[in-house]
Amino acid sequence: MKKQIVMLLLAWVAMPAWAVLNVFATVPEWGALAKEIGGDKLNIYVATTALQDPHRIEARPSLLAQARRAQLLLATGAELEVGWLPLVVRDSGNSAIQNGRPGYFEAVRFVAMRDVPVVLDRAHGDVHAAGNPHIHLDPRNILKVGVGLTARLAEIDPSNAEAYRANFKVFADKWQLAMTRWDKEAASLRGVPVLSHHTSFVYLAAWLGLNELGMLEPKPGVEPTSGHLSALIERQASKPARMVLRAAYQSEGPSQWIAKKAGIPAIMLPFTVGGTAGAGDLFGLFDDTIQRLLQAKS
Amino acid sequence: MFYKPSFAMAVLLAASCGAQAASDSDLAADLTKIRSQIDEMKKSYEQRIAALEKKLVEAEVKNQPPATAQPVVVESSAPASRASGFNPEVSLILQGQYKDMKNVPERQISGFVSAGGHDHDEAESDAKRGFSVDHTELVFAANIDPNWRGQAIIAALDGSVEVEEAWFQSLGMGYGLGLKGGRLRSGIGYLNEQHPHAWDFADAPLMYQAMFGEHGSYTQDGVQLKWLAPTPVFLEFGAEFGRGANFPGSDRNKNGSGSGALFAHLGGDLGVANNWRAGVSWLKTSAQDRESHFEDTVNEVEAMGAFTGDSTTWLADFVWKWSPSGNPKYQNFKFQSEYFLREEKGELTCGVADAGDPVSCDGITSAYRTRQSGWYAQGVYQFTPQWRAGVRVEQLNSGTRDFGENADYLLVDSYRPKKASAMVDYSWSEFSRARLQVAQDKSMLGVTDNQITVQYIMSLGAHGAHKF
Repeated sequence: MKKQIVMLLLAWVAMPAWAVLNVFATVPEWGALAKEIGGDKLNIYVATTALQDPHRIEARPSLLAQARRAQLLLATGAELEVGWLPLVVRDSGNSAIQNGRPGYFEAVRFVAMRDVPVVLDRAHGDVHAAGNPHIHLDPRNILKVGVGLTARLAEIDPSNAEAYRANFKVFADKWQLAMTRWDKEAASLRGVPVLSHHTSFVYLAAWLGLNELGMLEPKPGVEPTSGHLSALIERQASKPARMVLRAAYQSEGPSQWIAKKAGIPAIMLPFTVGGTAGAGDLFGLFDDTIQRLLQAKS
Repeated sequence: MFYKPSFAMAVLLAASCGAQAASDSDLAADLTKIRSQIDEMKKSYEQRIAALEKKLVEAEVKNQPPATAQPVVVESSAPASRASGFNPEVSLILQGQYKDMKNVPERQISGFVSAGGHDHDEAESDAKRGFSVDHTELVFAANIDPNWRGQAIIAALDGSVEVEEAWFQSLGMGYGLGLKGGRLRSGIGYLNEQHPHAWDFADAPLMYQAMFGEHGSYTQDGVQLKWLAPTPVFLEFGAEFGRGANFPGSDRNKNGSGSGALFAHLGGDLGVANNWRAGVSWLKTSAQDRESHFEDTVNEVEAMGAFTGDSTTWLADFVWKWSPSGNPKYQNFKFQSEYFLREEKGELTCGVADAGDPVSCDGITSAYRTRQSGWYAQGVYQFTPQWRAGVRVEQLNSGTRDFGENADYLLVDSYRPKKASAMVDYSWSEFSRARLQVAQDKSMLGVTDNQITVQYIMSLGAHGAHKF
């Protein structure tokens, strides 16, 4: 209780300075989710685009400048941003967004992780100790993270708490309807065998019931090798995949090669908001993803 | 959810058994009936599940206590409960090389004083021919508490263990402030803060070797305060005070600060594909009896000059990085260039370098003034995720060197050292890299040294982020 009063006092003291809350989102999906919940109450900066590999971002000067001014940092977590975010947070000189403060928000803390490695050894490639970090392609996770984010926004900016809760309620209702629609539209994708470039679509596959037969990368984060691709082609005879998937930021070469050899379609999925023209927001992201998958299947 | 298909299977199985006795039309009718029943059940289940999920989410939103950050949805990855979970992030850098170059005893950049005095140990330098292993670096880093973070880098090689860096850094000061203290790489220039394993070439540019000696960077024991301005463009200022024991300063038994540095950085993005940073830095150190080798032109032996005075260094640096759509994974280009200007003012005392070799200027103290400069520029292109190639050109200017009376006895060589290098490297992953470098080194008067270096850099364990 005491802590809560102190927090409220602190928030009250700091409030006049926050006409709008500055939010620093590491990846587009959390920027888009914050927009749904925060609307015009938030000034959102998104550090990366859908055409950039979120594992390989540099701690460039502009990120430091933006992190310095943020009141809330939205990250995926699970070491997705380990190559740049810790440095940006430390060098920002911003106490509000340090790990452990309310201004530091990690999405993975609100969902059940998949592919949590049993053995931590780099011989298995660029494995993430906390599990596969690409959680956002299961729409149920979006909702879970949304619950957490709404609570966090209400905590940091209590004066607008009601607005955040109301916005989220509207979003959640719309999202439920959309999920029912997507489930129906994508019903025929259940069990469809696919290949993926990287372990980007583990959560998507789990949600839609896609059967991921393998990855073009021999190990996570290791570029596809010709030997590994040939082995995948050989396996086509006994265990045929129906399509090969890649994210907008991944090079098309390897999946095109597989597609040509195996005579199956190579599909580029938006992966996150902004990855394709159709993926303008979170709804568009899933609409477009499902349309592309259905198109490839037919 | 799982019982649904098995239930349906059982129904179908029962239906198929019964169907053996029944006629075809009966079977078809039964099947249609069963199917519609299953469909209805499925529909009602799905509706009920959807309603439940919706209720759950609504309940979660409503039940959110306003002032708690605890996640509602239970975390799946339980945090480490063992005490060893608090152990620092540990990483180990393995680095070594094969080098093919001319046999030049006592390599020294002509026209510049060497950073080593008596203690300079040839075995320590990177000027070894043939196979050699560089320092093995052991890095420990962790958050100390919510306010501080610490890092230590221990470098070991053949009986010598060196604390390369050991510092704490503030985490929660706020207002854009950052405080660092301990033994730290100075924030001056661009390359200075980078460790050798992060360099794009196998060796430091000549200008860093001339400025700071073999290590190719300026490290000191002291404190650093940085301030990041709250502007949309990156603007950072920093100040350092420290012991200043390393070249161009010298260790002294004295209170107060022996070295001060100031720097300012400006940076930003140009569109989504271009990022840049520019900086200016200033370093002032004072030296007391800083020893360097000189050539006695009268007795034709080596003399030892001890410099006492101030050394002021100005640095300008610029870095530009490009990658298509700002995605550096497949292709990227990096250009970097730095310039330095150093002025030294004080006096030089001449003395014996090697016992038994008397020098002509023994004991003579005279005024000493120098003004020297240099630059390098390099470009590195990563053309596939694993291959990179780069070139570096560099030149120094020995500038003005006024030795006063000692000029009558010591060699005051005027020279413009030059070097051109080209490298290609391959990375299996971000943790392992092998490099081939060829260079034409004209840093020593009258010597053209064509060098070939094959180098490996491997990092084990937790590997932290690299600076821009």
